[in-house]
Amino acid sequence: MSNKRAALLRQMWRHRLSYLFITPFMLCFIAFIVVPVAAAVALSFTYFNAIEKPRFIGWQNFQYLISQDLLFLKYALPNTFKFALIVGPGGYIAAFLLAWIISQLPGRLRKWFALAMYTPSLTIGIAMSIVWLPMLTGDRVGYLNSVLLRLGWIEVPQLWVTDPDYLMTSMIGVTLWSSMGVGFLAMLAGILNVNKDYYEAARIDGMKSRLQEIWYITIPSMKPQMLFGAVMAIVTTFKTGAIGVELSGANPTPAYSGHLIINHIDDFGFIRFEMGYAAAVSVFLLLLMYVSNKLSWGLFGSKGDE
Amino acid sequence: MLRALGRFGPAGWRRMDGFQKLLLLSLVLLSVFMLLPVVYIFNHAFKPYHELFVYPPTFFVREPSLQNVNELASVASRSTVPMVRYLFNSVFVSALAVALVTGVSALCAYPLSKHRFPGAGIVFAAILLTLMFAPEVVQIPRYLVVSELGIMNTYFAHLFPLMAMPIGVFLLKQFVDQIPDSLLEAARIDGASEFVVFARIALPVCMPAVATVAILAFQNAWGNVETSALFMLDDEMKSFAFFLSTLTNNLANNVAMQGAAAVASLIMFVPNLVVFVVLQSKVIATMAHSGIK
Repeated sequence: MSNKRAALLRQMWRHRLSYLFITPFMLCFIAFIVVPVAAAVALSFTYFNAIEKPRFIGWQNFQYLISQDLLFLKYALPNTFKFALIVGPGGYIAAFLLAWIISQLPGRLRKWFALAMYTPSLTIGIAMSIVWLPMLTGDRVGYLNSVLLRLGWIEVPQLWVTDPDYLMTSMIGVTLWSSMGVGFLAMLAGILNVNKDYYEAARIDGMKSRLQEIWYITIPSMKPQMLFGAVMAIVTTFKTGAIGVELSGANPTPAYSGHLIINHIDDFGFIRFEMGYAAAVSVFLLLLMYVSNKLSWGLFGSKGDE
Repeated sequence: MLRALGRFGPAGWRRMDGFQKLLLLSLVLLSVFMLLPVVYIFNHAFKPYHELFVYPPTFFVREPSLQNVNELASVASRSTVPMVRYLFNSVFVSALAVALVTGVSALCAYPLSKHRFPGAGIVFAAILLTLMFAPEVVQIPRYLVVSELGIMNTYFAHLFPLMAMPIGVFLLKQFVDQIPDSLLEAARIDGASEFVVFARIALPVCMPAVATVAILAFQNAWGNVETSALFMLDDEMKSFAFFLSTLTNNLANNVAMQGAAAVASLIMFVPNLVVFVVLQSKVIATMAHSGIK
């Protein structure tokens, strides 16, 4: 036993330089992320109202969450699933395709198109509501309604953001529109990084279509970026929440039609000040993301990755 | 963008094959759609009051005026702390954050990817896991950490939380993964120290990722209101973004200040745009020359 420990210590000493390299980041990371997250996980087993001292209550928060919290079970959970199933893969595929298309353009133009695709994700916090509200306004002067009316596709103006039947669709549309974020940038860089000789060689070997090129050369040579894009797609999708409230202008959203898990956390954390319960929901969300992540690593992960 | 298209010119157009032309056309249409908010932000900032509230809302400004800029200026002159001070805080913190975040993240990503040291797997798993934790409930513990460290009301409290950017390490690690070990080994055999291998070989090859991390770091730092709201007690220490957000708070049922708010969002937005264009052209320029063999 002590032998093993000595061997480990020796190995660690041999890698002392590696530890030195990671130290600056790890210090910040531990202080501002690991410790607070660990504390939040601990809070999930308590009743904590942000004023009194947390009181340990064991699994009660989780039991309530999965057996009695009707808002969560009836709205937040199914809504999040629906939202994530479309926005996650949809945004991911769209980001890859757009990145690929941009990579096919002559070099000078690329940066401008990359900028155009990226801006919605930049503006999402600032101007999302003021841009989309005029578009989706529920009467006939809203841009979308007036266009669709003129085309004759709809008979009466639709309440795109206040009708519970449409809110989710609007949320998905707007989120997809703004999903060309960092994952997209990484994939664009990944595609441009692929060694051009591979394509040349493949062409000589008789590869004809671009689809074949994408499938057999581009994607396999940029697995790390594909993986990054997938993780970011999952994380951003599950962490999106404010959008329903911003679009509909009501919190909670009409008939809870846009109520996502994140809204649930906000609700308990910042409105009811039940921090312990909000932490429990966060832990649950973390598990959800972890499982979805495992699935995507199964698709793209290679040997060394876990 | 128009200028780039112009320079690109008819000669470039003829050199493209039909497939590229088709892609370019559809991309231009899509870009117009994606750029709508930018157009809107720019136009909105220069709308006089009677246009800001026009119904139906308009996209383009009809009679551009500087009325809103003046309004913002007069609000700023009434604030107890000169606006320049907020601006200085933001510029100072953002510049330092970009340098520190990229440096620190790259330093961490390199050994995570290329040295199989004991604990590397755990560190990487921790980075990924914490990425997935919703930030809402982390605020209170974080506040306690900052106050325990005794850095309340200092620039450190702005900087240190920004420096813990797991996405940056993750992204850089993915790019370092692609560097063939043989390339690094060759340099080591030539007698380069590990730091030289990192700084002279790994970093330049990963420039696209470094630039992307820098873009993200800038966005986080420039738009940062959280550290100002929670960790700064004196107004002199707060960020420009925080100052602007105090102007625009509770806008929903407030007519006054809408004009100033429109200019404020333009001011917040433009630096992001500039930094993105500058850094992204670096990405594309480096990639034209190198590429991983």
